[in-house]
Amino acid sequence: MKFDTPATANPIDRGRVVGIAHDRIEGAAKVTGTAPYAYERHDAAPNAAYGWIVGSAIGKGRIAAMDLRAAEAAPGVLGIVTHQNAGPLGKGDMNTAHLLGGPAIEHYDQAVALVIADTLENARDAARLLRIDYAPEQGRFDLAAERDKAAVPRAGFGGSADTSAGDFDSAFAQAAVKIDQSYTTPDQSHAMMEPHATIAAWNGDRLTLWTSNQMVAWGVSDMAKTLKIPKEKIRLVTPYVGGGFGGKLFLRADALLAALGARAVGRPVKVALARPQIPNNTTHRSATIQRIRIGADKDGVIDAIAHEVWSGDLPGGSPETAAQQTRLLYRGDHRRTAHRLATLDLPEANAMRAPGEAVGMLALEVAMDELAEACGVDPVELRIRNDVQYDPEAGPQRPFSSRKFVECLRQGAARFGWDKRQPEPGRRREGRWLLGMGMAAAFRNNLVVASGARVGVDAKGHVTVETDMTDIGTGSYTIIGQTAAEMLGVPLEAVTVRLGDSRFPVSSGSGGQFGGNSSTAGVYAACVALRAKLAEKAGFPADEVTFDDGLLRMGNQSQALGALAGPDGLWAEDKIEFGDLTKRYAQATFGAHFCEVAVDMDTAEVRIRRMGGAFAAGRILNPKSARSQVIGAMTMGAGAALMEELHVDTRFGFFVNHDMAEYLVPVHADIPDQDVLFVEELDDKSSPMKAKGVGELGICGAGAAVANAIYNATGIRLRDYPLTIDKLIAQAEGSALA
Amino acid sequence: MKPFTYSRAASVEEAAQAAASTQGARFIAGGTNLLDLMKLQIETPTHLIDVNHIGLDRIEGTQEGGLRIGALVRNSDLAADKRVRRDYAVLSRALLAGASGQLRNKATTAGNLLQRTRCPYFYDTRMPCNKRKPGSGCSAMKGINRGLAIIGTSEACIAQHPSDMAVAMRLLDAQVETMAADGARRSIPIADFHKLPGDTPHVEHALKPGELITAVTLPRPVGGTHVYRKVRDRSSYAFALVSVAAILGKDGGGRFAFGGIAPRPWRVEAADAAAPAGPSAVAEAALAGARPTAQNAFKQGLTARTLASIFRQEARA
Repeated sequence: MKFDTPATANPIDRGRVVGIAHDRIEGAAKVTGTAPYAYERHDAAPNAAYGWIVGSAIGKGRIAAMDLRAAEAAPGVLGIVTHQNAGPLGKGDMNTAHLLGGPAIEHYDQAVALVIADTLENARDAARLLRIDYAPEQGRFDLAAERDKAAVPRAGFGGSADTSAGDFDSAFAQAAVKIDQSYTTPDQSHAMMEPHATIAAWNGDRLTLWTSNQMVAWGVSDMAKTLKIPKEKIRLVTPYVGGGFGGKLFLRADALLAALGARAVGRPVKVALARPQIPNNTTHRSATIQRIRIGADKDGVIDAIAHEVWSGDLPGGSPETAAQQTRLLYRGDHRRTAHRLATLDLPEANAMRAPGEAVGMLALEVAMDELAEACGVDPVELRIRNDVQYDPEAGPQRPFSSRKFVECLRQGAARFGWDKRQPEPGRRREGRWLLGMGMAAAFRNNLVVASGARVGVDAKGHVTVETDMTDIGTGSYTIIGQTAAEMLGVPLEAVTVRLGDSRFPVSSGSGGQFGGNSSTAGVYAACVALRAKLAEKAGFPADEVTFDDGLLRMGNQSQALGALAGPDGLWAEDKIEFGDLTKRYAQATFGAHFCEVAVDMDTAEVRIRRMGGAFAAGRILNPKSARSQVIGAMTMGAGAALMEELHVDTRFGFFVNHDMAEYLVPVHADIPDQDVLFVEELDDKSSPMKAKGVGELGICGAGAAVANAIYNATGIRLRDYPLTIDKLIAQAEGSALA
Repeated sequence: MKPFTYSRAASVEEAAQAAASTQGARFIAGGTNLLDLMKLQIETPTHLIDVNHIGLDRIEGTQEGGLRIGALVRNSDLAADKRVRRDYAVLSRALLAGASGQLRNKATTAGNLLQRTRCPYFYDTRMPCNKRKPGSGCSAMKGINRGLAIIGTSEACIAQHPSDMAVAMRLLDAQVETMAADGARRSIPIADFHKLPGDTPHVEHALKPGELITAVTLPRPVGGTHVYRKVRDRSSYAFALVSVAAILGKDGGGRFAFGGIAPRPWRVEAADAAAPAGPSAVAEAALAGARPTAQNAFKQGLTARTLASIFRQEARA
């Protein structure tokens, strides 16, 4: 099904199953331990041996010599894979560094060997006996130091590196009110709950991977390229994924080395990364340096806006596209965005939840708070004044598909009690606590990706959906089941959803908040095809039938789906493909974040008291799981504001705090109260589901609302994240702190 | 984890004998720190003596009017004990500020005294660390050291002691009761129990090989207002940037001990004497001779601020 004209009325609009808050259909299996994750697939691959990854001890250089003898002689060791014996390997398209390093070392903790043994403990012990001599080379590990050498990156997911419209320099120079500030965000780690893990088994020349991955088709094709085998020989199974946040978009070392290890020892091999290996062996979100300039009139109406971003990655890598939202969020005839990419020899930078906006909004929305103060305009009102209903770079000929930004601002402000905010900083006190409120816009692009599915109905009228879509904790199972139930007029209980298997039709996968809308649209397409087949069997015209209560109806005639399907069942497969509606219409999701904080006037400890937000993201397919997504993302935004930071040791080129004791993410005590309001919206240009992405919107701007609340509480404007105690007390003088 | 043997002792004597007869043996109780360190091969004992079944799990009054806390009393039980909450509230509060509920259910009184630093370089066995591998050098001193110690450090090591409980024990002048491998018993004042790093940062406490902590005793209650304030980068389940244990008297006097800033629970008599002069004076006395790095110098100001917050809270300022 090609989707290239706006959707008209369709069965999803009935809203009997879609749009209703449902518990996740695999929830009981997950909480009772009967939904096995990759490392637990003893049923599928009994007798698996254990692999332990050995990571490079240097950030850049070469392996001068490897001595495997002591490790090979250790108890239980079955084999050791290194670059010397792995055979010729290619490289996948999606990863930047090689997943098995040597002799060249591209980053710290890059895998250089897999030790395979009969038990985990034996593998781990033997790994310590590897003797590796390194010849280190001077690496580039400091973004600030490499900033001036940063180059223009090639166009990627976020579009071209630079954009402009009008004449920014002149307009900014003439503006009545000018903001010109720099902001920094640190390297961040995905810190998902389930580590990267794979069991690999060979049957002749056929490879099966039970793994934890967000993108099945990418995993298969990159594994095929790396092993130099046809992708038809590879099956990848990942029905349950314990979180990813972008850290599992790509083929990683666990999967490749499990495959190489299983080939080397002739039996299945399982590999999981230990938690301390994850930050340096896998990918992370790059640190950024951002400069924002805004020129406005005295009422805060923006005429000129520029956002420049510097980030770093390995040679051949990609930038953090943190100026993305600045292309679309606010008005202004004169504008410029620019991304520059420095070459660094740190571990690989890549996508993490809402790449671009998650950290871009940390800067832009603080700059807007600074503009509001400079103009004496309320921050909510300022954003309303700068609303624009079309792509401000392209002009009115490219309107938004839907944009309920102002509605989010107004409804969110009313619900939060924004009118109780004291505009002047440092004016509210409660005992030893300084209280403040802040707000920020939420913005995230709406991406759509082709997605396929097949749908079948059996003789009993039971429906089965199969697609290689993944559920990374987001609720894919449930919204896909809801979609099929709605389309075929059966209750949700009459639908079985099978996901995460490369034998199923290729889906959008989970990433970039495109998965929910795209994959259900693919299921919609397959259901349309199945409805046509069922109508044909019944002898009715496909466009005159309805599906209710397990029956296909036309007029006052009806036939049961099961009877039509017959003993062999009836299946249909299709995929949704998106035309040029994303070019003709700017597509994005919007919202407004609000936050109240208390700051200890002596110690500068920040306590979030409550966060609230209003969000417009098209049709909300399952309000319960959508709310969970937004709450989780707001929490991640609070973490970015207050604590998350990979500390770079620029001498050795690695992230020092590489475990969960030292890389802090928020705990329950950090955010006692969170509130989410969905503003009603249907987007007929986004997909037949009239939905948009919602899984990443909540992180975009949340941290800026926290930062702005801290400013309102204390009068301290911090521009270097995370906003920790040491930075606050360094600015105590002249603030509301003691 | 290096292969190791394991035995379960049935009595204190049996534990001591097992320790005496096995080179490289370690006692294990809650295992909340030791097991992690073994998985990372930071600790590589050849033999573990499980002391979870030797009693020592009771809290009893002493003849002097104090409290004897068995070495194996779990942190959760100690924090919840009525006598502790009534007479030694600072101890209860310190315990509850530490770790998580699950960890406190396992962690023991003796084990908590012996927990090891959270210096990130200590945890990465590919990095030099004088504490982990004497003589290999200190990676932290010119590396990432924001969380590390500012006082009591040496040229060899700037690691901090991570315990909350031990800070309260130090404030309360606890005594550590032990039994040596030969059966000899002694009582070590807590002030002498933890060692400063000097040239030997791998030596962290006064215990001899095979010597087992049997109890920690507290002297008679001293009254006053008991406070434990822990300042950290998130609201719960994080190690202290700075913590302050304090007992404030109605007469303006007070005593103070500090966590997160030194290689051992930090207490200075002059700081107690400065209590009537207010929080700045206390901080100045407590931190005299501090040698912070550029990254952790803020802990000096934060210590003073934490004290100020306590004084403000108790309406003394």
